[in-house]
This record gives sequence, C-alpha cells and structure tokens, in this order.
Amino acid sequence: MEFFRIHKDIPFMRHALVFNGVSLVTFVAAVFFLFWNGLNLSIEFTGGTLVEVNYAQTADLEKIRNALTKAGNNDTAVQNFGSSHDVLIRLPLKADQPTAKAGEAVMAALDADAPGATLRRVEFVGPQVGRELAENGALALLLVVIGIVVYLAFRFEWRFSVAAIVANLHDVIIILGFFAFFRWEFSLSVLAAVLAVLGYSVNESVVVFDRVRETFKKSRGLTTPQVIDHAITRTISRTIITHGSTQMMVLSMLVFGGETLHNFALALTIGICFGIYSSVLVASPLVMWLGVSRDQFVKPKRKIEGANEDGAVV
Amino acid sequence: MNRYPLWKYVTVVVALLIGFVYTLPNFFGESPAVQVSSVKATLKVDPQTLDRVESTLKAASLTNDGLFLDPVGVKVRFHDADSQLKARDVLEKEFNPDPENAQYVVALNLLSSSPQWLTSLSALPMYLGLDLRGGVHFLLQVDMQGALTKRLDALSADLRGFLRDKNIRHAGITREGERLVVRFRDTETRDRARVALSESQPDLQLTDQGAGDDLKLLATMRPEAIKRIQDFALKQNMTTLHNRINELGVAEPVIQQQGADRIVVQLPGVQDTAKAKDILGRTATLEIRMVDDTPGALEAAQAGQVPFGTELYVERGGKPLLVKKQVMLTGERLTDAQPGFDSQSQEPAVHLTLDSAGARIFKDVTRENVGKRMAILLIEKGKGEVITAPVIRTEIGGGRVQISGRMSSVEANDTALLLRAGSLAAPMEIIEERTIGPSLGADNIKKGFNSTLWGFAAIAVFMASYYLLFGVVSVLSLAANLLFLIALLSLLQATLTLPGIAAIALTLGMAIDANVLINERVREELRNGMTPAAAITAGYERAFGTILDSNVTTLIAGVALLIFGSGPVRGFAVVHCLGILTSLFSSVVVSRSLVNLIYGGRRRLVSLSIGQVWKPKTPTAATTATVK
Repeated sequence: MEFFRIHKDIPFMRHALVFNGVSLVTFVAAVFFLFWNGLNLSIEFTGGTLVEVNYAQTADLEKIRNALTKAGNNDTAVQNFGSSHDVLIRLPLKADQPTAKAGEAVMAALDADAPGATLRRVEFVGPQVGRELAENGALALLLVVIGIVVYLAFRFEWRFSVAAIVANLHDVIIILGFFAFFRWEFSLSVLAAVLAVLGYSVNESVVVFDRVRETFKKSRGLTTPQVIDHAITRTISRTIITHGSTQMMVLSMLVFGGETLHNFALALTIGICFGIYSSVLVASPLVMWLGVSRDQFVKPKRKIEGANEDGAVV
Repeated sequence: MNRYPLWKYVTVVVALLIGFVYTLPNFFGESPAVQVSSVKATLKVDPQTLDRVESTLKAASLTNDGLFLDPVGVKVRFHDADSQLKARDVLEKEFNPDPENAQYVVALNLLSSSPQWLTSLSALPMYLGLDLRGGVHFLLQVDMQGALTKRLDALSADLRGFLRDKNIRHAGITREGERLVVRFRDTETRDRARVALSESQPDLQLTDQGAGDDLKLLATMRPEAIKRIQDFALKQNMTTLHNRINELGVAEPVIQQQGADRIVVQLPGVQDTAKAKDILGRTATLEIRMVDDTPGALEAAQAGQVPFGTELYVERGGKPLLVKKQVMLTGERLTDAQPGFDSQSQEPAVHLTLDSAGARIFKDVTRENVGKRMAILLIEKGKGEVITAPVIRTEIGGGRVQISGRMSSVEANDTALLLRAGSLAAPMEIIEERTIGPSLGADNIKKGFNSTLWGFAAIAVFMASYYLLFGVVSVLSLAANLLFLIALLSLLQATLTLPGIAAIALTLGMAIDANVLINERVREELRNGMTPAAAITAGYERAFGTILDSNVTTLIAGVALLIFGSGPVRGFAVVHCLGILTSLFSSVVVSRSLVNLIYGGRRRLVSLSIGQVWKPKTPTAATTATVK
C-alpha cells in the first residue's frame, strides 16, 4: 500500500505567501478571541471548589441549583459531567470562607433538598496555589521555548530554530484561541497537553529541516525554494502517517477516556492538526524568508596559502 | 551487514526479560489485607505481635492467605473482602480493648498478590495515585510568619528577664513587625546591653538607632536562625500530623514536605474528609499539674472515691496516679523540648525550654513544691494522658528544665516528641484538597486502560497493513516500549495517575514516529534502487539522527513540565520523560534486532516485506507533458 504517489516535488514554496497569510489570519483570530473571550480557567488556576456527585437516577439540575441557592451559594455553576447521572458543581472562592469547608456545605445542602447524591470527588484550591500554578505554567512554557531554540540553533542554524519556534508558538496560540472561542475549560492537564504538543510538533520541523540540510549538502544547483519543496515532498508521507498514528491514540482517548481526559485529548487534537500545517507550511517559508542558503551548510574549501586562482599547488 | 553481534541480542533479550519480570506484579492484582501497626513509638510491633494476631484469627476461625511482619507492622492477607472486614473487627477488639485509648492501628489495606519470589526481587505493582485508588489529598500551608512572630514574642519576654537579671535598665521592649526594639536613655547602658545580648543571644543581629534620649537597639533574627525556626516549625508540624493521622487508621498515609513551607498529606482510602480535617486541625494542649500524694488518697481513688479537685490517671508505666485539677502551666509556655543527656550523670534526659513568663511561674511552683511530684499531661479531645511525672528536686529558675532519671534514651526521645507534638509550632491552613471516591478511581483506571488499549490496537492494525512485516516489527517494538515503560514505573515506584496513563498512551502514539521514519526511509532507499540489505542499513542509519533530534525536543518539553509541574502535570511529565527514553531504545535497538533476525541471515535477499514500494515514472518530456 502506498498513499502518497507523488511524481514530482510539489511546489509548496510558490504558495508560501498564501500559507503565511492563512496563518496570520488564524493567528490574529486566535489572539482576538483570547482577549475578547478570555480563557475559561479551571479552579486549579482561579481557586475555588469543585464537587462531582453522582445520582442513581437522572439528576435534576434545576433542583440542585435551587438547593444550593437556598444554602446561600449564589455563584455556583451546575452542569452535567459526562452523563446525565453525574453532576459537576463549581463554587468560587469566598472571602469569608477561606478554608476547605465548601465541599461539605454543598453535600449538606444537596442532602437536604436534592437527596440521593453520592460524592465522587471534591477539589478545593486556595488562591495562593492558583496564582503559583499560573506562574509555573508560564515558566514551563518559557523554558521549553528557550530549550528548543538553543538546541536547534546548536544542531542546525539559528534561522531554523527561530522559524521552528515561531511556527510552533503560533500553534500554541491557536490552541488557546480555540479554548477561548468555545469556552472550553482550560485546566492543568490541558496545559500539559499544550506543552507536550509544542515539543512534539517541533519534531515535525526538525524532520523537514533535516532533509533541507541533507538536500543542500547533496545536490548542487537547486534554488533554496526548490530544496525546501524537495525536502517537504520527501517527508510528507511520513509526516501524515506519524501524525495519523498519534491522532489514532488521541482519538481513542477522546472516545474512551471519559470527561476527565476529554479536554486534554481535545487540545492534543487541535495541536496535532495545526502542528502538521504549521511546521511544514509555516516554518519552511519562514526559513526561506530568513535567508537560508547552501553556503550555511557546505563548509567552504580551505584556502591553501600560495595557491593560484584554481586552488592548485605543487 | 544486517547482523547484530551476539551481545546485542543478549542485551535486548535481557532487557525484555527484566521488563517482563518487573511488569509481572501488575497482573496479579491486589488482595484484601488487614494491617496492625503501633500508634506509639514505645510500643514496637514484633514477632510476638505476629503470634498474637495469628492466634486471635485462629480463635475466631478466620482463615487467612498468609501473614507477615514488615517494618510498618503485621500484615495479614485474606481471600475476600468479607473475611477481611470480619478480621478487622476481631483484631480491633483484641488489640484495642479500650477504643478510647487505642494502642494499635488496625487498618484495611490492599496487598499485591504477586508471588513471594517477585516481591523478594522488589518487583512491586505500580504505585497508584489517589485519583486511581480513591482517597483524600491535602496541601497544607504552614504559616511561617506566625511561627516567627510567636518566637519573637517569646524572645522579647526573654530579653526583658535577661536585662533585669543583668541589672541593665531599659525603657521598654516592643516588637515592631519582624524586629524587637529595646529603648534606652543613655548610650552607656545601651553599649552594656549590646555586649551582654550579643553574648547570650547569638541568633540576634543588633543595630543601634536613634539619638538624644531616645536611643534604640534593634534586634532582628539572623537569616540562619530564621531558617532554623522555620525548619523546626515544619518538622514539628509534620510530627504532630503523623501522630494524629495514626488515629485515622490509614494503612499508607503519606506526609511529605513540599517546598519550604508546605506539607502534603495523602490518605488513600479515606472518604470521610470531615473527620480527617477535624483530626488534622485539632489542637492538643500540654498541662503541668501537681500530683496529689496525700497518704490514702490514691487508694481511695482506686476504690472509686476520687477526692474532690483531683483526677485519676494511669502513668505510661501502668501505675495509677492522682493528679490535681489545678493547672500550673500550659503548653503555650513551652518553646522547645529536646532529648539529650544530663551534663553530670550522662543519663538520658529531656530538656525543656520555657518562655520567660513560664519560667517565672515554674520557678515559683518548684520553690514551693521541692520533693513533690508534678505531672505533665497531654490533653487531647478532652482526654488526658500522663507523659511523665518527675519529682521536683530543687527550685528551677531561668526557664531551662531538665527531666531525667530512670529513662532510656529511646524513652527520652519519645517523651520529647510527645511534649513537642502537643501543639503545632505554627498554624496551618488547607490550601488544596482533593477527595476522590473509590468508584471514580476504578472508573479512571478503566477509562485510561481502554483508551490505551484501543489506541494501540488501531495503530497496530494500521502499521501491519501498511508496512506488512516491517509494520509487525514496529508494533512489536512498540509493545516492548510499553513493557519497558510499565516495568520502569513499577521499579521506580513512581506514582501513576490518570494523566500518567494519558501520558503512556500519548507516548506510545508519539513513539511510533520513530518506526514510521525508519520504514519510510527504507522504502525510499528501495525506491532509489538500493538492494534490500543496503536499504535496511541505510534506512536505520539515516533515520537515527532525525529520531534523536525529535526525541530531544520532546524531552525538553517533558523536562520543563517536570520542573515546573505540580500535581497532575507532574504525573504526566514523569511518565512522558521515561517513555521518551524507553522509546529510543525500543524503536531503534529492539526493532533493528528483530529485522536483523528476520533478514540478516538470508544469503540472497531479493525483496523486503515493507508494503508497496511505489516508483514514480522517470520524468521524460512526454510524461511531464501529460502531467501538465
């Protein structure tokens, strides 16, 4: 079986401007929604209490809301979690109730007015923890970016490392943009997924760049766009098969992993799809704009002192 | 050319074998068990306890699947949960006849049911996190500022007493934020005070301030002293938590320091958070009272006629003791208790330090009661326990008290611990709490397992149909990767959480990349007209550089998550990083050795089973024309 029967190198670079334009539009849209809607941060970041309860019968959300309001909890968010029997209740932090008493209060309120609930899980996060997590998340992102830039600059060339990281940060922003647009909950595991995707899709650029370098070294007389086209064409089958395989795994998580892994898998899915696009069609034009050329990879022949113009000596 | 030296095959086989052995315990599951351990440091669980457990169970005609003693306590395995519960009740009755005064913890536990030879190789099943087994997780923040303020307040009282003793007149000592301010009227007194203080209080940094008749001496804590106080506060709080959690009867509680001022408490299997929180937040108090040794009073009390104003207690040795109800001193006045030795007799002793107010009271009490006994009681849940009841030999001033005599150094240690454990050194606050019900834990395991299984199956089917034999080799090496990863997680006893399972799945999904790279490269070399044997070699060699690069970049992300991640992210990062390392080995070395084994021995290799190698037609002028 062979899915990719490509006769000639596909002239990707001819449309470089179009690809970059598409990226720019998605990117700007993502940034816009990030500012307009903001991220729907989970209680891990904002602090607060989360209670998951299970009812033997279909849960009556309205009754639960009323029970909680009656008990003095006004800002609660009550929603189904995975199935109609499971209910997730979110409570914001309260100034007058700083300790972890909220979970018990919820259960007491439910027992009184919406009986039959069994407690599945309670999570309470204090305000200081949330702030720290957000800071640590940002630091982790920074460390990944620096680490990858340094490694690629060391292994290849600064042009490659800049192109790769710009392309992949653009993925990160787009994932965040999706989460902002759909108001999906952004939790710690989503953050983990985002960072994992960052490391993963940099792979993609690495594979293409590896080929670019190899082609530069092997074949003379090709222009830079031709070299890049050749490298992308030669690796495209691998790119799609690999991402397809990873996506199969992620899809399986999306289907079987339940509500807890849902957003994690969702972030990975977006990351993988945009990862293919950006690392191939964004990073490569960037490298081209940054002025990569054959001279950067082929060591110039050593000049021998006293040689004539042809480099001949006796 | 495609042959591995024998040692490489041996390495692969040995690695697979080790991987298999350490993965094995995860398949045996767990059997219900009951664990008996001691609450008190003085009460050791020894082979006699083991015999006692055995005979108790025999008397109740409960059959068990074996019992043994380990550093934690006696553990008994049962066939089913029903006999486990029955045995718990029987043992509870036998070991704690008085439930109000529990000596032992009899807790339900789960033990790996893997055979003995595996356990002796320290091959244990993976350590499941709370989100998979259910339980409570608390993150407690110790109020270090509170600990410091408490210490400074005690110090200011100390300074007052000290300056009075030295006959140095000051115009007042106050605490202003994190420093003490001592006022003086003239420079000469201040100089004297500074000299005296710098000798007696090495922890304080002294600076002069002010002019005229408003002269000040500012005393601040040295950084190393602050660090010591904070360390002490944290350690003491952890000890206290330990003692309290023992009461909950949790089989494997985790109490760990996290960062400079935080304590993590994990109680697997506990569902009643309200009770757990109540116990964690409880305050115990220490009281010093006098012993009533009026002749005949003790005998009357034992006969049921407790004299008015006294209470009957039992000493730790078992002797009855009549203690007056009037409290002389409470634990708030006690700033430290340390085990040590008497400077003259070299007997083990406990050294107590009281603050200055406490020292004054103690001086008065001891002066009036030379020759009598006093009792130090730990009051918890309104119930007292006599820690020690020493005889007062002389008047004791200065706030430094030594309790010695007929004490082993172990006992001195325990007494000091109990004295300190009475109260928390600094207030604590719960800043994070997670409760996971047992059904949710089981659900999470099932979901994680299913997603990995189906994802793996999908990849296997695709790889085998697209790359044929090479695809099967890739799947086998992916399976080897899974084996190594689980073996490594079991061996390191790293905590496996739901994000950890997600990381296993994701790592497998990413690890296939290396094999796809190799297979595509081999196909490409074949397409370029290489012989099959040469194509294998070239494919593996050329792909390796790329595989290494891509794994390093993924690893960078993994390590960043490991450094900055906490909680669920950390669980993800640990597995992710380990998985990248194992995938390097399995996708390159294991798959190559399989390929070599299959193709290396053939003399004349004509074709490879790697699926269709499609060749583009040579681009002649004619074909390019038609393509256009």
